[in-house]
Amino acid sequence: MSVSRSQCKSTPKKSCTKTPKASVAPSRPRVAPHIAVLPKSGIRDFFDLVSTMKEVISLGIGEPDFTAPWKIREAVIYSLQRGFTHYTSNLGDIKLRRSICRYFEERFGGKYSPETECIVTVGVSEGLDLAARALLEPGDEVLYHEPCYVSYNPTIRMAHGVPVPVLTTAKHDFVVQVEDLEKAVTPKTKLLMLNYPNNPTGAGMTWEDKKKVAEFAIKHDLLVLSDEIYDELSYIPRSPSIATIPGMRERTIVFNGFSKAFAMTGFRIAYAVGPHDLIDAMMKIHQYTMLCAPGLSQFGAIEALDNSADEREAMREEYEQRRNVIVKGFNDLGLKCFMPRGAFYVFPCIKSTGMTSIEFATKLLQEEHVAVIPGSAFGESGEGFVRCAYATAMDEIQEALVRIRKFLVKHKLLK
Amino acid sequence: MAKIASTAALKERILALLKRNARISAQEIADRLNLTAAKANELIAQLESDGVIRGYTALVNTDLESETRAIIEVQIQPERDAGFDNIAERICKFDEVVSAFLVSGRYDLHLEVVGKSLQDVARFVSSKLSTQPGVKSCATLFLLKKYKESGIELHKEEGYERLKITM
Repeated sequence: MSVSRSQCKSTPKKSCTKTPKASVAPSRPRVAPHIAVLPKSGIRDFFDLVSTMKEVISLGIGEPDFTAPWKIREAVIYSLQRGFTHYTSNLGDIKLRRSICRYFEERFGGKYSPETECIVTVGVSEGLDLAARALLEPGDEVLYHEPCYVSYNPTIRMAHGVPVPVLTTAKHDFVVQVEDLEKAVTPKTKLLMLNYPNNPTGAGMTWEDKKKVAEFAIKHDLLVLSDEIYDELSYIPRSPSIATIPGMRERTIVFNGFSKAFAMTGFRIAYAVGPHDLIDAMMKIHQYTMLCAPGLSQFGAIEALDNSADEREAMREEYEQRRNVIVKGFNDLGLKCFMPRGAFYVFPCIKSTGMTSIEFATKLLQEEHVAVIPGSAFGESGEGFVRCAYATAMDEIQEALVRIRKFLVKHKLLK
Repeated sequence: MAKIASTAALKERILALLKRNARISAQEIADRLNLTAAKANELIAQLESDGVIRGYTALVNTDLESETRAIIEVQIQPERDAGFDNIAERICKFDEVVSAFLVSGRYDLHLEVVGKSLQDVARFVSSKLSTQPGVKSCATLFLLKKYKESGIELHKEEGYERLKITM
């Protein structure tokens, strides 16, 4: 179904468009205050600096360095040849939704109806936005663990929710602790957002960790948004989704997608599965804003789920090996970091240098032309750390480590 | 990956790395697989002595060289006890033959042969190969251009430059 202007007729109470008034009161802000206060990014200056520099080795790129497997690209080309250039169902092509639900059950353990419990979105970020807007009323509080992906806080605020960050620490390998969640929860808390394996820390939840958090969510009757985009890039034995724990299915929306596991970032394609009433509410917003996710990307996504397991596993294995190299590298340099359980990030502690994370990243960039992301970009609790992505070729990782060594020696932080 | 990978699984990973890049250092193999360099060296030595690794070679884009290569489809009369093996092994002893496979289908041996020139290869086929006892026929297909070898595409593609920073 697509929405057209003619449908305005079915809502007679309010007219569709208002004739603009000749003048607007000067006191009225042009930009909505809750948008005006959103930061573009805490480290805009740093980004600008990076973009002006040449010959930079960047460990700051949060996307696979692999090109999407040829099979997937070829499936998209073939869909173009056959003229599949139209809208799909708002929820996404039913063939894709069937593949998603089959794949999800096989890989993550939960059973969902392709007809009513699955929606194809334009990236997980769109999915999270849909869920926040569909579920939150003004003033509802949302718990999320920090450091976290940069969109969480703004997504909550754009939906008029109140973001309540719960700090995670290196002491617990950045896994959120129920004691800390208990301190933050109030009667106004409606949602809990989870992202494991985690960007930026590489933290991951074991099955035991998931059970503890599930118990907390059930106890406080919270809805849970579980962003599992990095789950396929796990380096510990994978466990089923938190949504499969008894009492969780009815309160959990799981988000996953194709960008990371299948190196399809530019396709902008992802999905959410969850109980029908929540997915249906998300679909209302999606149909009026996106109509549907790009059709071409949907055909590529079917090929990814149905036929690309070997390619996915080969990429995962390569990330795992790079992780081993970069973690050893940082620890050898005295910048302590734990062994990430998933995703493609390491989060070394740079407190021993006496620099803030912004200072460290800026000096390293200016002096040695290596880009890393200051941990503070992911929330205050990221201060004292930097995020380094190993979704970068091994020779670049090795060269970056050589340059970081040089940098530390120069600043007399290493002999 | 399990914390303690079995020796067989480790060897498989080492082989995969060496097949991709035979010049990878033992240290890098060790770092990638969470081993000591000594352990990596020991496993490589085992793979060599067990005959799993038979050698290390460079993958050369032969387009750029002044040599001639041909695929030769050879039909063979098998021998009563040895089948194709004796004849195939004898043929493999010629330096001109760089690879040889027994295949199913309308011929038996699939050879890749190299020579300095077209005449050189033709001479080898007519005087050495087709005259071998047991060889019934040879069809010579000269290679004009090679696009992919050992999993590596030989033509260069313009890479896509990613954004320098993405969250």
